[in-house]
Amino acid sequence: MDDWRHGGFGLYLHWPFCTSKCPYCDFNSHVAAQVDQTRWQHAYLAEIDRIAEETDDRVLNTVFFGGGTPSLMDPDLVAAILDRIGARWRRANDFEVTLEANPGSVEAGRFRAYGAAGVNRLSMGVQALNDRDLKRLGRMHSVAEARRAFDIARDTFGRVSFDLIYARQDQALDDWRRELTEALSMAVDHFSLYQLTVEEGTVFGARAAAGHLKGLPDEDRASDMYLITQEICEAAGLPAYEISNHARPGSESRHNLIYWRYGDYAGIGPGAHGRLTSPAGRWATEAPRGPEEWLQRVETAGNGETPRELLSSSDQATEYLLMGMRLSEGIVLGRWQALRGADIPADRITGLIDLGLLWHSEGRIGATSTGRPVLNALLRELLA
Amino acid sequence: MTELAQIRNFSIVAHIDHGKSTLADRLIQSTGTVADRDMKAQLLDSMDIERERGITIKANTVRIDYKAKDGKSYVLNLIDTPGHVDFGYEVSRSMRAVEGSLLVVDASQGVEAQTLANVYQAIDANHEIVPVLNKIDLPAAEPEQVKAQIEDVIGLDASEAIPISAKSGLGIPDVLEAIVTRLPAPKGDRNAPLKAMLVDSWYDAYLGVVVMIRVMDGVIRKGDRIKMMQTGALYGVDRLAVLKPKMTDIAELGPGEIGVFTASIKQVRDTRVGDTITHERKGCETALPGFKPSQPVVFCGLFPVDAADFEALRDAIEKLALNDASFSTEMETSAALGFGFRMGFLGLLHLEVVRDRLEREYDLDLITTAPSVVFKLHMKDGEVRDLHNPADMPDLTYVDHIEEPRIKATIMVPDDYLGDVLKLCQDRRGIQMDLTYAGNRAMVVYDLPLAEVVFDFYDRLKSVTKGYASFDYQMMGYREDWLVKMSILVNDEPVDALSIMVHRDRAEARGRVMVEKLKELIPRHMFKIPIQAAIGGRVIARETLSAMRKDVTAKCYGGDATRKRKLLDKQKAGKKKMRQFGKVEIPQEAFINALKMDG
Repeated sequence: MDDWRHGGFGLYLHWPFCTSKCPYCDFNSHVAAQVDQTRWQHAYLAEIDRIAEETDDRVLNTVFFGGGTPSLMDPDLVAAILDRIGARWRRANDFEVTLEANPGSVEAGRFRAYGAAGVNRLSMGVQALNDRDLKRLGRMHSVAEARRAFDIARDTFGRVSFDLIYARQDQALDDWRRELTEALSMAVDHFSLYQLTVEEGTVFGARAAAGHLKGLPDEDRASDMYLITQEICEAAGLPAYEISNHARPGSESRHNLIYWRYGDYAGIGPGAHGRLTSPAGRWATEAPRGPEEWLQRVETAGNGETPRELLSSSDQATEYLLMGMRLSEGIVLGRWQALRGADIPADRITGLIDLGLLWHSEGRIGATSTGRPVLNALLRELLA
Repeated sequence: MTELAQIRNFSIVAHIDHGKSTLADRLIQSTGTVADRDMKAQLLDSMDIERERGITIKANTVRIDYKAKDGKSYVLNLIDTPGHVDFGYEVSRSMRAVEGSLLVVDASQGVEAQTLANVYQAIDANHEIVPVLNKIDLPAAEPEQVKAQIEDVIGLDASEAIPISAKSGLGIPDVLEAIVTRLPAPKGDRNAPLKAMLVDSWYDAYLGVVVMIRVMDGVIRKGDRIKMMQTGALYGVDRLAVLKPKMTDIAELGPGEIGVFTASIKQVRDTRVGDTITHERKGCETALPGFKPSQPVVFCGLFPVDAADFEALRDAIEKLALNDASFSTEMETSAALGFGFRMGFLGLLHLEVVRDRLEREYDLDLITTAPSVVFKLHMKDGEVRDLHNPADMPDLTYVDHIEEPRIKATIMVPDDYLGDVLKLCQDRRGIQMDLTYAGNRAMVVYDLPLAEVVFDFYDRLKSVTKGYASFDYQMMGYREDWLVKMSILVNDEPVDALSIMVHRDRAEARGRVMVEKLKELIPRHMFKIPIQAAIGGRVIARETLSAMRKDVTAKCYGGDATRKRKLLDKQKAGKKKMRQFGKVEIPQEAFINALKMDG
């Protein structure tokens, strides 16, 4: 069996535009005054056709519209894309179509149309339930707007998730506890709770480098915040199924699980990455980040990707490990060892188990609640 | 052959940065010895490291043809000497080959400690000395005050000091004339048996060992059979040349002349600087007095970061040894660092230069352990042992007492910083020997343990005086003190490469600083790590490196897999720069940085 079948097959579409750039965001997003949605539609449909050529014997499990701000897409564009997808692949019974949305009032006005187009899961970038912090994070919406948008989304889509960022500037442990509890009271079944990460190449990154980004928690407080996040969510029935993702059992993001279970995914749009298996092996695909560059590539060369890279088996082993170990369910040891081409020394596993960082059960290994906060170090040990 | 009266041999004495190499460049250039298009800055500093650091390590020589104002042609032989204290032995032997010196003093800086040390060597060698005030065109130049300083501090008549700017060329003709008129011509007997001094030797990839000589008496010619009087070795002269500074063949060298020869000599170690060279037959009876060979005073371990590079390191050291006979080397095995070499150097700069060359010219990654001096262990059975490595310290029950090398350190410093300098010397177990003033500059002389100086003393001195102090030292012999070996334990395991010899009274303070430093230098692990300093079985300082609490990437989706994989691969490569001690990884820079004292 092809290795990717352990994870499934999904399609990611990248919409690269935002109305403004957030200071912490290092995603591939661009602010444009005018976007020619018809031109984009042609390009997306052409790319869908191209990917379908090589994968149309598969069942498609999920579609994910990410960005950027996909809730700036014209609902007709979303509908055209989903129609074409429906025409090219057999869809899974539990076919999931997620769209990332800004919780602003303008966007909320389009929610119903997205639902009609076939979107059945909305992922909302709420980020904070505190107007001061929303401003600091460069968000354009208010808490009140976000709550209204959330209510509309709740009525429109079967499943709604929302994102919060914590370990913000000047955020006390109790502030976060209150905010998270409030969020949980909004009857959500899926949360992405991200610790604020200052990335290079962002406004926050530059501010931090200049020493102007003050009040961020140190390692100890950040660690405490992570721990209470786990406690509170677990008590509310939304345990972490991934480092930063919490869900009621059964409400996990099926699309993201494909990444973490190291399935195959096609990436369409500027800067989108993919993993696609062909008889020659498993390919890493990538597209240029610039929107115009990507469009022109699709229009002139008939292919938005830069040249593909064939992944060695050991590269695949590393990727499976680094993605899979993020999940509470861990990884299948046999699958990992088959990819790396050798068994891992037993004492390396037992050493980490003795330190209380790793569990090993029924052919799977995973990070314990102690191991998860230091997962990067754990991965380095496992790969050593 | 040149008549004795038409030869002048000289060296240039200066503190680092006072413009010695630039002056040499100007002398070479203005006499047309090197065409302008072939000029590059600091012509005589041929090693990259010399040019980069602006220092001279090896003595160099150049023969300059000069037509003087008296209408006669002269041969001027300049031996350029190193300015740094570590290479002081090079200075003293080069001085013996010439009759005079130019004393170059920066007119804006004044006399510095190295100026003093080198000028005394010139005085010891009975040199005629011509003071030269450089950088006279700088706004900060104070020629009259600097002249007064030369007279007060050194005791030389500075009334006829020559004002110059080596950079702009101002005053260079005056310097050339002064060399001819004020420095003495060499003496010697052309008809006596050959007697030549081996001034220096170096390895050339094409020619083998090149030997620099100064002829005292007699004549040497190409094809001559010669004898090294100390070693007794016999050679045939393959090639005889002078350096201009390119090697230029010459038929013979007579008394007073300086030149080089090759004679199929395989390595520099086969030649002894200061040896007397004569003819195999009808040689001279008495040899020149010769020099004391230089002794390594600073030792450290050098280990390859990647154990697989051990053979490459051995080869690299052997190749360097072809050209540098001044370091010593022996194999060392460390429980912590594996196989490597214990190497002895003339000083810390020498250590750095050799390590840099090994890393750069041979592309090696090295771990350098803490520099140590040679302690003398007086054993209870009367035996005296040299201890080059604290890790080799025998059980104390067999040791009667320990002696350590002391130095006489001379420091020149503006009086604003005097207090800081005195405190630094006191902190390093110094005993004040002298304190005098010349204008607003103080000259401090201290008796210091070399062990306290060898590591970061010079860095600390520069930092407490904002770079205004200058420093030089001489070895003074050994003295007993209460010295103990301090071990460092990481996660309860001793790390031999971190053990040091320390004065008992200072052990607690040093131990505390070291464990605190190591706590900073060792990255957090997934478990907590005790770090201890101990004397024998007694722990004198302890810190605990707490376990890492958080190191996890918040977001990782499909688009991140490639980047995260590459990052992990890079970190895996970075782990190679760490050394594993039991379960703990120690970064290579920790071995040196743990020793640095901030106070």
